[in-house]
Amino acid sequence: MKFFNYRIVIFMLITVFGVVFSIPSFLQTDEGKKISLGLDLQGGLHMLLGVQTQKAVEGKIKSVAATVKYFSDNEDILIEDLMIQKDHLSFILLDSDEETKLDTMLAEVTGLDINKGSDLIYTIKLTPIEIEVVKDMAVSQAVETIRNRLDQFGLAEPSVVRQGKTDIVVELPGIKTQEEEQRARELISKPANLELMAIDELKADQVYNLTREEAQEIGDVILEDTNDPKVKYLIQQIPILTGSQIVDAKVSFDQQTNQPIINFTLSTFGAQVFGDFTAKSIGKRLAVVLDGKVFSDPVIRERIGGGSGQISGNFTVNEAGNIAIALRSGALPAPVIMLEKRSVGPSLGADSINASMMALMAGFVLVVIFMVVYYGIGGIISNIALVTNIFIIIAVMAMFGATLTLPGMAGIVLTVGMAVDANVIISERIRELLKAGQSIPKAVEDGYKNAMSAILDANITTLLVAVILYAYGTGPIKGFAITISIGILASMVTAILGTHGIYEALMPKMVKDKNLKKWFGLN
Amino acid sequence: MEIFKQNKTYDFMGKRLPFLGFSALLVIVSFVLLFTKGLNLGIDFSGGTLVQVQYTQNAPIDKIRDVLSTNEKFDKAVVTKFGSDSEIIIKIPTSTTTLGKDIGDDVRDILKTTGKYEIRRVDMVGPKVGNALQEKGIMALSLALIVILIYVSFRFEWRFAIASILALIHDISIALGAIVLFNVDVNLDILAAILTILGYSLNDTIIVFDRIREGVNTSKENHLDSVVNESVSMTLSRTTLTSLTTFFVVLTLYLFGGEIISGFSFTLLVGVVVGTYSSIFIAASFLVQLNFSISDYRAAQAEKDKRKKDKDRLRAQFEQGTV
Repeated sequence: MKFFNYRIVIFMLITVFGVVFSIPSFLQTDEGKKISLGLDLQGGLHMLLGVQTQKAVEGKIKSVAATVKYFSDNEDILIEDLMIQKDHLSFILLDSDEETKLDTMLAEVTGLDINKGSDLIYTIKLTPIEIEVVKDMAVSQAVETIRNRLDQFGLAEPSVVRQGKTDIVVELPGIKTQEEEQRARELISKPANLELMAIDELKADQVYNLTREEAQEIGDVILEDTNDPKVKYLIQQIPILTGSQIVDAKVSFDQQTNQPIINFTLSTFGAQVFGDFTAKSIGKRLAVVLDGKVFSDPVIRERIGGGSGQISGNFTVNEAGNIAIALRSGALPAPVIMLEKRSVGPSLGADSINASMMALMAGFVLVVIFMVVYYGIGGIISNIALVTNIFIIIAVMAMFGATLTLPGMAGIVLTVGMAVDANVIISERIRELLKAGQSIPKAVEDGYKNAMSAILDANITTLLVAVILYAYGTGPIKGFAITISIGILASMVTAILGTHGIYEALMPKMVKDKNLKKWFGLN
Repeated sequence: MEIFKQNKTYDFMGKRLPFLGFSALLVIVSFVLLFTKGLNLGIDFSGGTLVQVQYTQNAPIDKIRDVLSTNEKFDKAVVTKFGSDSEIIIKIPTSTTTLGKDIGDDVRDILKTTGKYEIRRVDMVGPKVGNALQEKGIMALSLALIVILIYVSFRFEWRFAIASILALIHDISIALGAIVLFNVDVNLDILAAILTILGYSLNDTIIVFDRIREGVNTSKENHLDSVVNESVSMTLSRTTLTSLTTFFVVLTLYLFGGEIISGFSFTLLVGVVVGTYSSIFIAASFLVQLNFSISDYRAAQAEKDKRKKDKDRLRAQFEQGTV
């Protein structure tokens, strides 16, 4: 008896592969690659965020201005009217002897488009290339920053991935309550732009008489107090230092009031700039500005050299913790906005799994019974292929680390219905040939041959549609397309190769038995 | 077991005009529905916010509506039951862009007086995303049709391609009509369902066309109507069987799959029925209406075979060094 033919050997190998690699997914073991459940099945938060990259360009201009100011102060180059307009900065160089020195300094900063007017009026813009670079950096830095913050928030497996030019996809499985979700969102959204700025002591008392435009003309900005928006400060527009120079931030408690405060540490360069500034500004006030709000305005008593400082305000411990995390993980170079959000509670996810499992089981049982009733042993052979097919889908998805979503589940359910199609086509062809009086071996052989072109054409077109679905679909739809595609490819192997192999193996028995009703369900 | 006798030939083409007429009626009704009542676009395509809330007891819908109407942010909110008496869906046509406190959090706060509940789902889609998804959806559908047109023309003949596309448009129009009629929320999952119908129905049609192609090449009949009748009859049992198994499965998905997936499975259910009907009664009729000519096809096929033979002969001669 020739039981082993090449078809059945391949089929068996594939079946073993399917079973072995789907075990981790079925049992949800700790080891081995397994399918992870999508957010719609396990509950969690999915967000599409947009980075407002234009703001990053404005931020870059600001930091160029801070550099120009620091350099000219240090080198005693006299400049005047240093001002920032949205996309450019301008100043007047007073001492023409210093022109080369200033130009050499500016040449060291890359990506600047410098325009020198008459009377040595400098207008500095970013080159178009630099603008693109800054925007691109803003998005990748935002991804990095959000990832850092979420890591410190302590959620399991947060995923932060860039999508396209300006968007970021954030996925947080394992969020349990809406309150927890809101806290996570607030943490992500904190710009955490810390700026140490100088209060304009000369005109400080006029702050309530000036408009924002007038303040800008004299190179100042008006900022509100964080606790009381009515209290305003007139502050020099160009910051002394920005949050990018922070290397550490921690929550501690004020010894007198027991209020939570945030201690931060500056980098070596930051400490040096800060030391130089405080040495020159004794008796003046410093403004600690976080996200455009003034948190404190201590008077500088002496040179502060150690490179550390603190932020105090009416924080709760949670708020202080969030700010500290945000400062440590770096500022968002540009604000992010919510474009799309999908949030599913864990109980709904569990309901969806149960419902679709139920549908899968019921559909599966119906199809299996139907095939046996209609095709006899031929039906059982198709059912073996069908079961293998499901194992293969699970195994392949697990190997690719794919996630199983609700539409993906629907895809598997649908595959169960469609995967028997190839076997139906083949069985019908075999029946036709048997009725025409062919011998069993010839009918089986030609049945497979005749059915081939129909099965191939039909499956290829469905596969084409699935590929388009994958290319144009987002999130969950992609999951559906993946399961359908894997299902189609797997069914070609199991339903064509596998069942053929089994028929061949059983051929001696069939030929001996000659019972067409038992084997093929023929009347 | 057998449902259809394989050796019996039914006269489908003789009755094709009544079936075409019936289909035309269905398609026209669907289009009227589409253009008068219109698709009920869900938040995926129109933008907005959807909040699913489950109460521990029966949901106090009137009270919820009252509470929402007191806040002008929610005056356009629509509250509907979802599956059971204790579960509701609140649809709001607007969305917010702030990450911190968003419109979903506002709903949570404002509902506090209405009883004990759990927020189970909050979906929020900004207008920009909604538009992009709409464009992508239309792109996907058109691209799928074009790819199919090319593939079928290449594998069969252009009239087969046109006929299968017409059958697809027929199926999708009727499915869309049913979606409008039963007020299904059109979201991304419905688009996926439509594309699945497209694949499924095409699958069915191709199987029939494959038989017709075979029939044209091998049948003793010279009349197209007879060849088509023969081929459709021969595939009848397969078409019905596969449709039945798929139908069972989609039906269980519809009955047991839960409320979230019900729009998806409903669309598929309609699609399976319409797709099966069209591959038996409609697709091949288009082929006949398009004046597909057996003799031309056979002539073209013979020409192709001859050219291939000539080429083979030339190559053989070349390899033997006689040319």
